[in-house]
Amino acid sequence: MGKKYEAGVKEYRDTYWDPDYTPRDSDILACFKVVAQAGVSREEAAAAVCAESSTATWTTVWTDLLTDLDYYKGRAYAIEDVPGDDEAFYAFIAYPLGLFEEGSVVNVFTSLVGNVFGFKAVRFLRLEDVRFPLAFVTTCDGPPHGIQVERDKLDKYGRPMLGCTIKPKLGLSAKNYGRAVYECLRGGLDFTKDDENVNSQPFMRWRDRFEFCQEAINKAEMETGERKGHYLNVTAPNMEEMYKRAEFAKEIGSRIIMNDFLTTGFTAHASLSRWCRDNGMLLHVHRAMHAVIDRNPKHGIHFRVLTKALRLLGGDHLHSGTVVGKLEGDRQATLGWIDIMRDRYIKEDRSRGIFFDQDWGHMPGVMPVASGGIHVWHMPALVSIFGDNSVLQFGGGTIGHPWGNAAGACANRVALEACVQARNEGVELEKEGKKILTQAAEHSPELKVAMETWKEIKFEFDTVDKLDVAHK
Amino acid sequence: MSTIQDYPSRLSDPNSRKLGTFSYLPPMQPDQIRKQIQYIIDQGWNPAIEHTEPEAAEHDYWYMWKLPMFGETDLDAVLSEIETCKKANPDHHVRLIGYDNHHQTQGANMLVHRADFTL
Repeated sequence: MGKKYEAGVKEYRDTYWDPDYTPRDSDILACFKVVAQAGVSREEAAAAVCAESSTATWTTVWTDLLTDLDYYKGRAYAIEDVPGDDEAFYAFIAYPLGLFEEGSVVNVFTSLVGNVFGFKAVRFLRLEDVRFPLAFVTTCDGPPHGIQVERDKLDKYGRPMLGCTIKPKLGLSAKNYGRAVYECLRGGLDFTKDDENVNSQPFMRWRDRFEFCQEAINKAEMETGERKGHYLNVTAPNMEEMYKRAEFAKEIGSRIIMNDFLTTGFTAHASLSRWCRDNGMLLHVHRAMHAVIDRNPKHGIHFRVLTKALRLLGGDHLHSGTVVGKLEGDRQATLGWIDIMRDRYIKEDRSRGIFFDQDWGHMPGVMPVASGGIHVWHMPALVSIFGDNSVLQFGGGTIGHPWGNAAGACANRVALEACVQARNEGVELEKEGKKILTQAAEHSPELKVAMETWKEIKFEFDTVDKLDVAHK
Repeated sequence: MSTIQDYPSRLSDPNSRKLGTFSYLPPMQPDQIRKQIQYIIDQGWNPAIEHTEPEAAEHDYWYMWKLPMFGETDLDAVLSEIETCKKANPDHHVRLIGYDNHHQTQGANMLVHRADFTL
């Protein structure tokens, strides 16, 4: 017996609030932080968010009755207080997997963070976390190579890798830029990086940059006997250009390229990532625009969700923040999302801002990249926070060395290895950091000068986006 | 500020050839090597020893010294294999590896003997 059609506007809660619902293993689960408009109940606001991000429109339509809405609709199944915040609440919503195209992160986001974010019934809305069911995860490509394969390709084990973003980020000629790359790599770094702003400007066209950087890599490899890479940024105005630049990078023997996954878009990024797997090219991923989306604690998308999106879309490296450097990043929250990048299975852990268990199945992990305002004095803390499976990137902290990039690179490499050696010996890095570095500097004039240069620089500003706890 | 020093790396200088983790630090003393072996054992990794002629150091594959020491937890047993390998291959670089089978990778890989060589 079918339902009767009644035109008009119903309360969302009648259809989409279902506190008795037990989510299925195959559901996509989302946790939103909601601030409703005055006079709208929590249940109604949660149901409205659920409805607008799944099957509903603002009014009843007769065509609803041509499908099995009970099968396809999302369900708001729980509401929780936000610790330390009286106006916001968490709404938990379950979406049946059949609402989304297989392997399409784009499709999921178009629904979950689509129209609903401009919806008048909510004042603020933030997507805090998403549980991607294994049934969905296995339909996505994931990282082109992953952490283990990268280590094997580069022959680097038992320590974090070291990088440096070439500065000044804009305005160098290709040959001078390649010089800066060469100096960093011969000094002991594993990687150098194009700044994200470097694409193919008139002062340095991409092809010239690629050629000089590869020359720099080849010479540094011959000189040090170690494998090196430079993240050649293939971010470009359109896919045709991106593929063209990626092909050329492959042709000249580059091991790694980079892309900005938010400004180029999820689809472009996924296509490039697939190209990288097909062509044995590592993929470094930058995240320009993320702070626009993730920094406001009341509205937007939390970075841990963007992290999950990227792991599904594909990428071998992703910038994660440093905790200790010049850019925003709460320590516990950062530990949470670097687990999300690297681990096979992440348990719910509210103390790290993780709302759901997440099973990645066999999908490889992504290497977190700590970059931005860090220098040798931060090394003990960085090794302690990030562990071996990470890339630590010192831009100013390499090129700003009084004796130049090679000395700066060497100082960072010595500091890194001293910290790893001490950690393996059972020394507490963050407590004994100064002693470890001071001892290492006895054998390294480059490190000694780096320590003198940066000893007073700290970045002690309060984090804007803190985890939700009772006492802020 | 101190006087600027030149960075002494040269294509023509064998000392400029680096050999992975810890090769930017002074060579490890025996007690330091012991602590690294202990670390590998404590992680539950399998110790292994490899060696190579210096001219082939950049290859992916060095010679395995026997087989990885699966399940070995005796620090002295590992140390004595390193010594045996060194004696049998006096002109070779020797490295110590900790195979992490759970992550299908090498959790540790460090040089424990650097051979003298010319280019």
